[in-house]
Amino acid sequence: MSDTTPERSVQGVGVLLSLTALLLAAMLMSLMAGAQWSTPVAVWQALFHPSGLVVEDLLIRTTRLPRTLVAVVVGAGLAVAGALMQTLTRNPLASPGIVGINAGAMFAVVVLVSMFPHAALWAWYGGALGGAALAALLVWMLALRGQSPGGPLRLVLAGAALTALFNAFSQALLVIDQQGLDTVLFWLAGAVSGRPLTHLWPLMAVTLVALMLCWPLARSMNALGTGEAMARSLGVRVYRLQGAIVVLVVALAGACVAMAGNITFVGLVVPHMARRLLPADHRLWLPGCALLGATLLLLADVVGRCVLQPREVPVGVMTALIGAPLFIVMLRRQGRRHG
Amino acid sequence: MVERTLRLGRFSRRFLPTAWARVAALLLVMMLVLLVSLALGRVMLGPGALLEALMNPHAPTGLIVRELRLPRILLAALIGAALGVAGWLLQQVMRNPLASPDIIGVTSGASAAAVSYLAWLAVPLGMAGLPVAAMLGAAGAALAVYTLAWSHGVTPLRLVLTGIGMAAALGAVTTLVLAISPLTTTLSAYVWLTGSVYGANWSDVSSLALWCVALLVPLAALMRQVMLAPLDDALATGLGLAVQRHRAALLALASALAGVAVAWGGAFVFVGLVAPHLARRLSGYSGTAQMVLALLYGALLVMLADLVARTLFLPLDLPAGIFVAALGAPFFLALLIREVR
Repeated sequence: MSDTTPERSVQGVGVLLSLTALLLAAMLMSLMAGAQWSTPVAVWQALFHPSGLVVEDLLIRTTRLPRTLVAVVVGAGLAVAGALMQTLTRNPLASPGIVGINAGAMFAVVVLVSMFPHAALWAWYGGALGGAALAALLVWMLALRGQSPGGPLRLVLAGAALTALFNAFSQALLVIDQQGLDTVLFWLAGAVSGRPLTHLWPLMAVTLVALMLCWPLARSMNALGTGEAMARSLGVRVYRLQGAIVVLVVALAGACVAMAGNITFVGLVVPHMARRLLPADHRLWLPGCALLGATLLLLADVVGRCVLQPREVPVGVMTALIGAPLFIVMLRRQGRRHG
Repeated sequence: MVERTLRLGRFSRRFLPTAWARVAALLLVMMLVLLVSLALGRVMLGPGALLEALMNPHAPTGLIVRELRLPRILLAALIGAALGVAGWLLQQVMRNPLASPDIIGVTSGASAAAVSYLAWLAVPLGMAGLPVAAMLGAAGAALAVYTLAWSHGVTPLRLVLTGIGMAAALGAVTTLVLAISPLTTTLSAYVWLTGSVYGANWSDVSSLALWCVALLVPLAALMRQVMLAPLDDALATGLGLAVQRHRAALLALASALAGVAVAWGGAFVFVGLVAPHLARRLSGYSGTAQMVLALLYGALLVMLADLVARTLFLPLDLPAGIFVAALGAPFFLALLIREVR
């Protein structure tokens, strides 16, 4: 990836603007959608001239607004985490879900819930971050260390093995502790609803700060994309940059899993979609990933709310059901290109 | 390592005495674990009482030992053996030590089918259909992965990646069913998803044993192809092998072995990954010996796991799958980390 020509950048900014418009439209839709669809006017009323007497206002402000905001932040965070991992490993298949970071964070939360059923929410969040960090460390030890990382397959397989490991342990704990199962099951499935905003703002802050910290690193990431040796000769401190990226990935993925449970495939698929739309420059690509990730998670949530009424499909299930086929299509495309 | 050749008229076979000594030692350990498992449980038996229960058809403890414990232990051994061989075969065919039946979607297909069965069909049809549903799910998923990975033939890389995608999609289906079904279903489904041999009886043992024999015979006939599977495709084609046809046959065998194992025991995940690793680490390069070792390690792993699960937290009887992960996983991680170094 290299810096791009002016006209490509202008084009890229145009794409970013249209993605922003798309995101706003998706947010509006998410505020409107539910068992009873609201009109845009009602949404406007609820947001800016709320009346305590109208049920619809309450519904929009206390239920739909929080889940919309959570979906935006989580979607953006996961998509950027995936993009950063793909840059770091130069492996188009890397993403927090694939390499087992999500599973690690979930395992940590399940351990917490079964050992301390009354743990405070911040303990959940801390646990999720710790689990994500542990999984990242293990993946690094298994797949990335050493001279020859072994290509895309080794990382993916090590991640699959780690995911299996963490899931086996989580499942085991849940079988032993059945009350815990009831508490965490919906969270495990990945959901953006039923999360009171008052508890979530520290995590949202972590995610947003991590997202912003990507910006000053974007130029060096462009250099890293051309290879470590090249980046070094361009004056990038490669190890420090790689360390920073790992910290950002763990913070983003850990916070997002703590907020929304297991949401997979956003981090894998979104960077690829963004790569098709935008020039290969991290300063444009990363914001594009964030916007697209937020939009997609919102849409998945809206669809999940509507397809099985009166029940809700957890948004993590929706992203996997949409993302997995896309992933397979992507593989087939790639296979064809390389013969 | 000294290799010997066994000759019997026109038939000759090379073998590694050390590897086969290891097989004999493992069999001894297994017998020991079998006896200990028979003796331990809520009713503890001394050596004398165990002998009496086994020999005397009218002993008061005979029912516990012969009708409850023995079939359960044998079923555990069969499941472990089938998964161990399936994992070994897949690692051979995929040319990757990290491949396992979970990776090509077999286990997740079986899981999705079994959980759906538990949620919607268990009440009208009874539990007898569960193995059938799981087997159909496993076969369907394996077939789908194979078809989707096909483009001018199947390469191990595409197969693994497609399998991971398929496993994720089917995992989502499982989660969805769990989330929308009542909590009682969720609990029994979780036990199934962890893997358990609780309540095994002799008819389970005999039907699984029959399946295993039926699948191991063609595998024995294909042993040469298995040993050549790790070769580069171009090289193997150059040597005159029908690479794609053999690969399809071996994959079908591995999926079927894993499918029947999970059909009777639930989604034991780690056996297919760990047992072949143990076999590869602890024996030389002799193909058949390695396979037999993978089979025995798999059997031993599940037997031990069930023994621990049954007795460690008496009177609780936990699913054996928990302890497969607990026993196998740390070991596996240590192996992997050492391998990288």
